[in-house]
Amino acid sequence: MELTVLNNNVQLKPKEYRSTIEPTWCPGCGDFAVTAAICNAFSSLGVNPDNAVLVSGIGCSSRLPLWMRSFGFHSCHGRAVPVAVGMKLSRPELLIAITIGDGDAYSIGGGHLPHAARRNIDLTLIVMDNQIYALTKKQVSPTSREGMKGSLTPFGTLDSPMNPLTLMLTYGATFVAQAFAGNPKVTGDIIKQAIEHKGFSFINIISPCPTFNTIDTFEYYRPRIYSIEDLHADKTDRINAYELAESSLDHTKNPEAKVPVGVFYKVDKPTYDSKVAVLKVKYKGTDTPDLKAIYNRFRA
Amino acid sequence: MPNDLIIRIAGEGGEGVISSGDFLMQAAARLGVEVVTFKTFPSEIKGGYALSQVRVSEEPILSQGDSFNILVAFNGEAYAVNKKSLTPGTVLVYDYPGGDFEPEEHPGVHKYPVPMSKIAKDVLTSYISKNMVALGAVAELFGIGMESLKSSIHDKFIKKGMEMVETNYKAIDAGADYVRKNLKKTDPFMFPTTRPRKDTIILEGNQAVALGALTAGCRFFSCYPITPATSIANYLTELMLQVNGYVYQAEDEIASIGNCVGASFAGVKTMTATSGPGLDLMSELIGLAVMAELPLVIVDVQRGGPSTGMPTKHDQSDLFAACFGSHGDTPKIVLASSDVEENFYMTIEAFNLAEQYQTPVILLTDASLAIRVEAIPTPDPSKIKIVNRTVYQGSIEEGEKFQRYKVTESGVSPIGVPGTFGAAYAATGLEHSEDSGPRTNPETRTMMTEKRWRKIANLENEWKPVEREGDSDADVGIISWGLTQSVVKEAVQRLRAKGLKVAALYPKMLWPLPVKAIESFSASVNKVLVPEANYQGQLAELISAKTSVKPVKFNVFRGEPFIPAEIVKKVEELYELEKAGV
Repeated sequence: MELTVLNNNVQLKPKEYRSTIEPTWCPGCGDFAVTAAICNAFSSLGVNPDNAVLVSGIGCSSRLPLWMRSFGFHSCHGRAVPVAVGMKLSRPELLIAITIGDGDAYSIGGGHLPHAARRNIDLTLIVMDNQIYALTKKQVSPTSREGMKGSLTPFGTLDSPMNPLTLMLTYGATFVAQAFAGNPKVTGDIIKQAIEHKGFSFINIISPCPTFNTIDTFEYYRPRIYSIEDLHADKTDRINAYELAESSLDHTKNPEAKVPVGVFYKVDKPTYDSKVAVLKVKYKGTDTPDLKAIYNRFRA
Repeated sequence: MPNDLIIRIAGEGGEGVISSGDFLMQAAARLGVEVVTFKTFPSEIKGGYALSQVRVSEEPILSQGDSFNILVAFNGEAYAVNKKSLTPGTVLVYDYPGGDFEPEEHPGVHKYPVPMSKIAKDVLTSYISKNMVALGAVAELFGIGMESLKSSIHDKFIKKGMEMVETNYKAIDAGADYVRKNLKKTDPFMFPTTRPRKDTIILEGNQAVALGALTAGCRFFSCYPITPATSIANYLTELMLQVNGYVYQAEDEIASIGNCVGASFAGVKTMTATSGPGLDLMSELIGLAVMAELPLVIVDVQRGGPSTGMPTKHDQSDLFAACFGSHGDTPKIVLASSDVEENFYMTIEAFNLAEQYQTPVILLTDASLAIRVEAIPTPDPSKIKIVNRTVYQGSIEEGEKFQRYKVTESGVSPIGVPGTFGAAYAATGLEHSEDSGPRTNPETRTMMTEKRWRKIANLENEWKPVEREGDSDADVGIISWGLTQSVVKEAVQRLRAKGLKVAALYPKMLWPLPVKAIESFSASVNKVLVPEANYQGQLAELISAKTSVKPVKFNVFRGEPFIPAEIVKKVEELYELEKAGV
């Protein structure tokens, strides 16, 4: 089945990518801006919504596909990545993006990330990182800063935060970026680049929760955010990307530290789906197999 | 009966026990003889007791049989494990001298010592050809066509070169030669009369599942390795590429069923195969498939549990897990298959039902069935019915919303597939309204729960899920499932030949339970026996819960299937009690 995923004949305005269902997010939630950024990216790419699937897990951010006009799958907690992988491998011509939260991606679903990344499956993973579990009402997440108080850690969490950017670089993602919901235009542009990238693309979007996370707010981040676009010319330099990614966490120890956004790393490698396509040719794959001939290979 | 012969080869894993059996079965199939194998092996890579049994007959074979006529013992352990079955009239072929044991006196047993290790070492300078020496001796003793045996050996080893083939021929000839020169045949057993080769294919249970999936149109398969299910994927890997499909080795069982759920949403027929522990891990996403109403086939090759249990051994104890696993009210379909041929056709049925009713179907097989080999009539693809989901071809007006979960009389709704204009929707595990939007109001919840269950409510009438055989006015009726059915079939034949009035019901669908068929079968007999290879009597419990029938349970949970003689004995006991009015 041949589909033109990035169909330039489709001239939809950003808002035309939205469904009629109104989001249930709290006023001031960063995820509104992420939704707008995805719509902007889709519009500028001319994405045909009938050929795109947004896959999510569970959590506030994971409701996102329900607000969109494209196909969507609001699946299980932590399992959006495998669901998306199955879609991509069975229908490689579709545009498939994953929209999930930090708890979903890095905690319960953490075991799936290395494998989707190292296999370079052509998916776009958009994580809305609010550094808190919000839908279950304020528990710390893997990216919460040390000492943050949550409903299960009233004494302040003992955990160190993980750095999703360095992890994804280690796992072998071929596109690693960070964005900030406070700047939807830049975020939309990064999402656009991630979708265009052939291979596993990852964006950690800092998307503040106005209800349960009173530390990592828009106001906190706004003065600290800076773009790495100018100082980071060679995006294929993984060591440089690591150093920048490491610095992303400094703000938890050093309140004055800046938080980098932009594309940290981007390399071209054959995608998993393209390798499968080669195998299908090698094994003379056909849509109209001769079953009788296949059975006869098992003749006594 | 000389025309029904059971040859049991026993030894240590890695000694060529399994391959000897495979060559015998292949040769038998080429000779037009009916053949079924039974194998057991340990969970270790090497070592441990292994057996490979080949049953050959002129008549169709229903089960692995009770015991053996001929024991080929490769070592002392193999002899020790089986010596209690060396009853008068049986045959013992064993490695002596040069082997590690000397058998005791067994009155009435025909003993043939063959220096297998010694010939292999001295004449062939290779210990590993011991099993081939044994095979040559067995062929000579019981009149197995040497040409057929050699042709199956040729086909197996030719990939490794003609030298390899010749070495194995030499070993076979050395074994046969030894028997000719040194032994005098005292037993009456002879290989069944050969007939023209039939249009059959030789399949292992798991191979039959793999070919069934391919035939049904499965084009995406994701799994995580687990004994005894893995070989389904092994058989499918290359075949899938040849039909433009793909077999994906996921990072775990949760991922593999997640992959399948995604592929099914994308409109592709999909399957995973696992065993008990994997089925547990898949429960949550099976529930998601139920809620999102997506077709999906899960093959559970049962093994001994709980926990890691006995990974290579027979058990039928995942029935409850299959029917009741996954939280909430989850309507799904559970099927079970009883032999290799049925594995093929039941896998196709599983896909058909999944597609038609947009719900997961769990197919239960087991460790013994997975490796049982049969020669089955070559299927005719043009006669096989294949069901595909009816995909909604968007024709809605601009601004209207696709009613993915439209409430219908049958409960089945139009399904949308990505890439289709106007069919876009967001599937969700949340309770939802007809247009797939999340809703939790009482009316929607009630309406949608009823809709999902309505899909399978009438399955017993829409799809004939049972077979019945035996007397219409039987004193004892047997209800069984899975591999036990094949054993019961043979027991029923023997009982009826003895003049007992017995009947059997073979449910192929276990959930929803075919209540009407079970009720009416039970009403036609005086007592109902349910033999199962599990401790609880899981089918018997389901029958007790869902019908007015109170069956007699009969359970084994030893890691080995029932044998027909056990069923015969149990039915005779019940029959006597029945006659005595107890």
